[in-house]
Amino acid sequence: MGDKTMTADEVVSRLSSGMTLGIGGWGSRRKPMALVRALLRAGIGDLTVVSCGGPDVGVLAAAGRIRRLVTAFVTLDSVPLEPHYRAARESGAFELTEVDEGMLLSGLRAAAHRLPFLPVRAGLGSDVMRVNPALRTVTSPYEDGETLVAMPALRMDAALVHVNRADRLGNGQYLGPDPYFDDLFCEAADEAYVSCERIVDTAELTKAAAPQSLLLRRLSVTGVVEAPNGAHFTSCAPDYGRDEEFQRAYASTPWPEFAERFLAGDEKEYREAVRRWRKEPRG
Amino acid sequence: MRVTRAEYCVIACAEAWRGDGEVLASPMGLIPSLGARLARLTFAPDLLLTDGEALLVRPDGTPEGWLPYRRHLALVAGGRRHVMMGASQIDRFGNQNISCIGDWSRPRRQLLGVRGAPLNTLNNPTSYWIPRHSRRVFVERVDMVCGVGYDRAAALGGTARFHRIPRVVSDLGVFDFATPDRSMRLASLHPGVGVEQVREATGFALAVPYEVPWTREPTAEELRLIREVLDPDGARAREVPGAVRG
Repeated sequence: MGDKTMTADEVVSRLSSGMTLGIGGWGSRRKPMALVRALLRAGIGDLTVVSCGGPDVGVLAAAGRIRRLVTAFVTLDSVPLEPHYRAARESGAFELTEVDEGMLLSGLRAAAHRLPFLPVRAGLGSDVMRVNPALRTVTSPYEDGETLVAMPALRMDAALVHVNRADRLGNGQYLGPDPYFDDLFCEAADEAYVSCERIVDTAELTKAAAPQSLLLRRLSVTGVVEAPNGAHFTSCAPDYGRDEEFQRAYASTPWPEFAERFLAGDEKEYREAVRRWRKEPRG
Repeated sequence: MRVTRAEYCVIACAEAWRGDGEVLASPMGLIPSLGARLARLTFAPDLLLTDGEALLVRPDGTPEGWLPYRRHLALVAGGRRHVMMGASQIDRFGNQNISCIGDWSRPRRQLLGVRGAPLNTLNNPTSYWIPRHSRRVFVERVDMVCGVGYDRAAALGGTARFHRIPRVVSDLGVFDFATPDRSMRLASLHPGVGVEQVREATGFALAVPYEVPWTREPTAEELRLIREVLDPDGARAREVPGAVRG
């Protein structure tokens, strides 16, 4: 049983341009933003990104790192539409594979189960079929003979997720109300990198929390990064809520200005820049 | 007692869940949320409600169950749910769009994305709430079909056997698809609204019966619940302003 701890920069040194990356969380909730910021610094691009999209998609799209996005939506929750994602889409900056939420879940499940596809009663009749001409249907071999969408497995090179706690071996724990698809992302990827608020001893994980909070099993985790506040500015309940004020600034600041001010340096410099920004008087 | 337009909208939304039994009410937007909770507190006591995140809650907020995102999707597939979604565009057969405006490959306006609309419409009853009834929303053809309408469902055969759009509620009235070709019909007008006003604001030919009823009046108890329990701060008037009728 090896120690899997590493730094965010070590994680991205194992990733490369052209990869298919899954990003956990949902909208502007529990996104592995410290890992995404490391990805931005490393200059990795030409990515196929699979995500229940939030600012992870926004920053990668704005920085021109996405070749193809696989998603059902992109939102900042309290800001319904992600402005940088919108701008990128409206300028035709990348290709989109737009699928329904249930189809995305089935694609991850299929990959985790090593199946080529899973049947799903969604997509038919909608323009999801028109905009994804490669999608195929499957006919039930039983008496009902029903036609369903054969959602292809969303197998990924690597997954990035953020949880509340983990041990050094890669057992990951969520303490908030929703696991999202994070465990599925890890199981559907060849390698999975988990950032967490705090690395603790294995015994510590179940001292105060129930065993079913142990969302990620070490056998599907490649690396563990201790990244306090690593989901900022998205939420990481119950450790912290969304930084609404900073999110509004992110959403309303022209991208070059935001990137220059907050993303030019490393994670420590990001935190310092946020701290300085917070001290500024605002009307 | 003067009833506001917003309050008629709450009543019209609440009515969507009448008779649904023990299913999950999934309202999106403030007025549908008030409607679902009003229904649960009055004529639909078996409804399940969510906190909008991962919990099933009673109307007072007491948790009574766990429904995280992926279990919510499983529940949709199982059909024990009636959702009321928004629509950036909707056509006469109930095809709905929340993905983008313009050509999908290079949209003029990128919106949210299809979200769960395709799954919803093929698996559980899906109603719609539109706070600003206009020709921009009620269109001849939607730019990207997310939620499946009656014409497309009919073409699918057995796969669409669970498809149903019980009603569309706007700030002007209530609409259903109780016509021979399942096209949209004016089912009731909110008091203070005229048929011509609805026709003017609708971008397709709407089926209008000879006599159009008014959206029903709230009871005194319903008004008390809306005003004192569910929305004491009056947020409903921000979603549907003005138009008070004596």
